[in-house]
Amino acid sequence: MTRYIIRRLAQAIGVLWAAYTVSFLVLYALPGDPARLIAGPDATDITPAQLDALRAEFGLDKPLIVQYFDRLVALVRGDLGQSIPTGRPVTELIGEALPSTIQIAALGLLLAIVFGTGLAILATFSRNAALGRLLLALPPLGVAVPGFWFALLLIQWFSFGIPLFPAVGNVGFAAAVLPAITLALPTGATIAQLLSKSLANTLREPYIDTVWAKGAGPARVHFRHALRNAALPALTVTGLIVGQLLSGTVVAETVFSRPGLGRVTATAVAQQDIPLVQGIVLFAAAVFVLTNLLVDLIYPILDPRIVIGRRRVARVQTGVPA
Amino acid sequence: MTTTRTSETSTATDGLVGTAGNRFADAVASRRRAPGGTARGAAGRLARLVLNLRRHPGTVLAVVWLVLVLVATLAPGLFTGQDPIDGVPADKLTGPSAAHWFGTDQLGRDLFARVVYGSALTLQAALIAVGIGLLVGSLLGLLAGFIGRWVDDVIMRISDVLLSIPALLLSLALITVLGFGTVNVAIAVGLGSVAAVSRIMRSEVIRVRNAVYVEAALASGNRWSRVLFRHVLPNSAGPVMVLAALEFGTAILAISALSFLGYGAQPPAPEWGSLVSTGRNFLTTAWWLTTLPGIVIALTVLAANALSRALDSDERRSR
Repeated sequence: MTRYIIRRLAQAIGVLWAAYTVSFLVLYALPGDPARLIAGPDATDITPAQLDALRAEFGLDKPLIVQYFDRLVALVRGDLGQSIPTGRPVTELIGEALPSTIQIAALGLLLAIVFGTGLAILATFSRNAALGRLLLALPPLGVAVPGFWFALLLIQWFSFGIPLFPAVGNVGFAAAVLPAITLALPTGATIAQLLSKSLANTLREPYIDTVWAKGAGPARVHFRHALRNAALPALTVTGLIVGQLLSGTVVAETVFSRPGLGRVTATAVAQQDIPLVQGIVLFAAAVFVLTNLLVDLIYPILDPRIVIGRRRVARVQTGVPA
Repeated sequence: MTTTRTSETSTATDGLVGTAGNRFADAVASRRRAPGGTARGAAGRLARLVLNLRRHPGTVLAVVWLVLVLVATLAPGLFTGQDPIDGVPADKLTGPSAAHWFGTDQLGRDLFARVVYGSALTLQAALIAVGIGLLVGSLLGLLAGFIGRWVDDVIMRISDVLLSIPALLLSLALITVLGFGTVNVAIAVGLGSVAAVSRIMRSEVIRVRNAVYVEAALASGNRWSRVLFRHVLPNSAGPVMVLAALEFGTAILAISALSFLGYGAQPPAPEWGSLVSTGRNFLTTAWWLTTLPGIVIALTVLAANALSRALDSDERRSR
């Protein structure tokens, strides 16, 4: 078990190193002049000497390969560099923005799981075929709706129409509700789609017939026997779902004028703040990798057939009936 | 990493037994069975799709909507006689009416005309994005699946890394370097989808590569490049097409979101995302400015997704 975790952590570090390399290549090595980006689009009359000074300040005058290793060494020490417009450490900026983002992301995830799972269960559980079809038509709608538009509708309805929740800000629980609903819509729809499909598949399995034959009622069949197995394929995409939440905050926090990681991202891109953008990308990759690690550790608890450390392929064969 | 490997090995053992004659017969049969492998197969598939359409009114609606949007891109004048850029200031912020179907904006411009003309910018960007994603992704997937060995390892490890970064963040990072504007946004969104496309393409190529007709083609002395483009590519394209339709919807969402954030089209050019963004300042007084363009975006994405699902179920049936 310990050896397994150590191996997976090593893998995670490998992915982070690769993410660093890819983002370095994209942000620093692509044809283009980072110094000019730093100076900004308005600096048309900047002298070559000033550009050289900027290059020296941010270490851009060194050969690319030296820059690559300089930044890698700094990264290992937990230093993501400095934000260009503010001059403050990137780790500090991300750390400050994080709590407010975690608030809405956690609430959003909770709403998504509750409503996504609820919808999937209700759709397969209901004897009324028409109701089931209607419910199953909802998730594709949820995936197709643009998040920024949905957020504006929420403001229109629940801030201006019926003044239930504030339209802007981050003070108190009420302010987190509408952004969280915005985040929960695509995520919940994804969960509902996956879970209803896998629930329908699971209910066709022979062992479910056995459970029915034993005389179990529909509630017992669904909750005790089917749901646990059906949840496994849905659990595999947890990493993607967390990523979806994270990128959703860019839009949600912009619309609701809420400070947080999404807003930081939006401004960083607008100001072409390369170190900050790279820091955020690496942070997102780290979250994805850690989430997947957690999911893999949770798996054996849900499905005793899975022995940790064995190859993943085995699980796909047992977990997802074709 | 969370990668599901399901269909890769399924056909590997097909036709490895038997005499040469048997194997040739197998090859012929498996080529007949192969989805869309021959001209006749492709025509048959199209005919089947059209027949199936009658039983799926939702798909028909989706196709009709997409065709309408496409026509609006090419000939916006067919849908509206109003000008999208010059407005009548006296008519500013009027609600939807017979004269102005979607109402007018803060400068008295007809919103319906702006949405119709805006479809050109949004759709072009989405098509560029899907084109780039498809071209680069399929090429990488094709190479990874067909050559295998270290090429496969390298390409797939890179795509693992790209998949670990949320697509929108990846596009945002690319925009930081490329700069703003519709085309740059389209390129960024397209490159953001490369990893997913390459993965699907690779697994399809691996499925097809081991098929007997590919073996037969190689054995009859064809060059590998010919085998790759004549035999492997057409037979592995199906699931990629399904993904392309899906990516089209995703690209529209991403592009309009990035334009909404202000990285895309600059005013006064109408673009779906930026139309919603302008309406944001008039939420209390003019609901139509945000609501109506948003509905158009949602319907288009919904239609693309429905088309993708229809293609997908057709693809599965033909297996």
